[in-house]
Amino acid sequence: MSGETLVDALSERAARAPQDLALVFIGEDGTQQGVSVGEFHENALAYAGALQRIGVEAGELVILVLRHSPDLLYSFWGALYVGAIPSIFPFLTEKLDRSIYGERVCQLVSHSQARVAVTYPEFKDDLRRVLGAVDCLVLSTDELSPASSDTLQVSQKRADLAHEIAFLQHSSGTTGLQKGVALSNRTVLNQIRAYGEAIALRPDDVIVSWLPLYHDMGLVAGFVMPLVVGVPLVLLSPFHWVRDPAVLFRALHEHRGTLCWLPNFAYNHCAHAIRARDLQGVDLQHWRMAINCSEPVRNDSHQLFLQKFAPVGFRESALATCYAMAENTFAVTQSAPSQAARVDWVDLAALQTAGRAAPRATTAAGATAVVSCGYPIAGTEIAIAGESGEVLDERHVGEILIRSDCMLTGYYRRADLSREAFAGDWYRSGDMGYLAGGQLYVTGRKKDLIIVGGKNIYPQDVEALAANVSGIHPGRAVAFGLPDRRLGTEGIILVCELDGHAGAAERKRIESALRQRALQLLDVTLSDVRLVERRWLLKSSSGKPARSLNRDKYLREFRS
Amino acid sequence: MDRTEIRDRLRAFILDDLLGRPDYDLADDEALISGGLIDSFALAQIGVFVEEAFAVYIPDTDLTVEKMDTLNQMVARVIAEGSR
Repeated sequence: MSGETLVDALSERAARAPQDLALVFIGEDGTQQGVSVGEFHENALAYAGALQRIGVEAGELVILVLRHSPDLLYSFWGALYVGAIPSIFPFLTEKLDRSIYGERVCQLVSHSQARVAVTYPEFKDDLRRVLGAVDCLVLSTDELSPASSDTLQVSQKRADLAHEIAFLQHSSGTTGLQKGVALSNRTVLNQIRAYGEAIALRPDDVIVSWLPLYHDMGLVAGFVMPLVVGVPLVLLSPFHWVRDPAVLFRALHEHRGTLCWLPNFAYNHCAHAIRARDLQGVDLQHWRMAINCSEPVRNDSHQLFLQKFAPVGFRESALATCYAMAENTFAVTQSAPSQAARVDWVDLAALQTAGRAAPRATTAAGATAVVSCGYPIAGTEIAIAGESGEVLDERHVGEILIRSDCMLTGYYRRADLSREAFAGDWYRSGDMGYLAGGQLYVTGRKKDLIIVGGKNIYPQDVEALAANVSGIHPGRAVAFGLPDRRLGTEGIILVCELDGHAGAAERKRIESALRQRALQLLDVTLSDVRLVERRWLLKSSSGKPARSLNRDKYLREFRS
Repeated sequence: MDRTEIRDRLRAFILDDLLGRPDYDLADDEALISGGLIDSFALAQIGVFVEEAFAVYIPDTDLTVEKMDTLNQMVARVIAEGSR
């Protein structure tokens, strides 16, 4: 890996070994398309030329509203080649409401002052319409499709390019859209260098990924890193994987995949939804690290996965973990290669009530398993802070603070949010955990975020779903997450107070309306919806329904 | 196995295992996935269940929201495959 920028690194690869395999793109119909480094570079350059032709300049924001496709890959790099700032927006799914989706794109484009939005010809008019007077060019992929006359004209080398923003990452929902994580070239390259070391990345590795590219895990580990470092990448569609998770195993087998990142729920989904017939002829012995990342790691998910797939060559030593967040580009910690992530057995009561991780024997009554997320990667430091900001000793639970050389430049055009996120030069993750033997154990969250299948959902966005549903008392809704052991992720629970009496049919109408809205507005399925009588919800001292108090009450009343 | 038995077993699997609400009043034509009751991830698991419970194989390309969104659609599919 060489150069000061992502573009330097890829261009250098293209000049040095153009015939090397950059990636294999597996379409939803199973067709495979291999792309060499030289071809990838040429395609990205052509997209860059097309962007430049329509007037996109360095430093301008380019929002990509595209499906998981080669178009998306090339236009992302095309924007980088121009020195513009690409940001990938999740594409419309069949579940989402088209007009609300349009509004979201509009919100993002207008508050981030994007210069261009790129989408498909069939979606262009819609997008132009919702954007109304917003000053943003809407381009379709056919307008960008590489013409032979288009090649990037000038490559103005500026001395400070390394510190310029390379790309943005957003999380979902109204709240997440406000927080575009801006990452510089230097930052991303620091992350890639340190992370490559942490997983002992080698030229003969093969990365296989089905992860969406609008999320840090998919974007950095499953796209930018392999291209920059020079490790072949096999890319699958997330939709294909959901429907047929065995497609991942077939790809790992066929391409001798060695590395793959998965959110915790994926271990359960694979174990529950892959049939014996799908495993015929599959051999996973080359898979050296299955890296569990982006939501709380569960030991029982690992054990379920191991039990099911050891017979087809999956090795226990491949059970790896990583703690990551977009704000640190991607990884904060990583478990050591060639050995299963350490499992810490501690006293559950002491952990929950005293915030202490007291070691217990595996078989002891009241012992619970906490899976290690490994050691901080090079250039990243971790501290655990108590309530008043004091640094805590090992085995004491507190907020995880991070300081690194791959930290975000800031939230894009939101200096206020950037300031709030830091305590001095430490980034406040909002996650809770402890250190033991230098390894990080994540135990929970300080902030009320819900993580469903690796996707961040803000409870206020879920509570807002109730706002326009008749029969629910205005402002009386609470949402929170609860671990779902079977799914291996969190479920979203929504509790709403009814306005007055409601019979069975009326209750069903209200519940259906809430579930529909969750799907159309947030693209999530609610795990449980409870309609309760007036004054059921407990309020905090500020008079607002309190999430944690109501979560406890819900557990007592509906789950005991 | 008759239609009623297939319907009852599928209903029990969906309510107990997928929805976690055995008391939910699920209509035969109620939209499960597009209605936001269960996640589309669950379709792959319904495929596994159907194969184990009724020895009927539904290829993953047919485990879609269009084809498997209601109890009625699922029952019809199981019966059609079973009579082949």
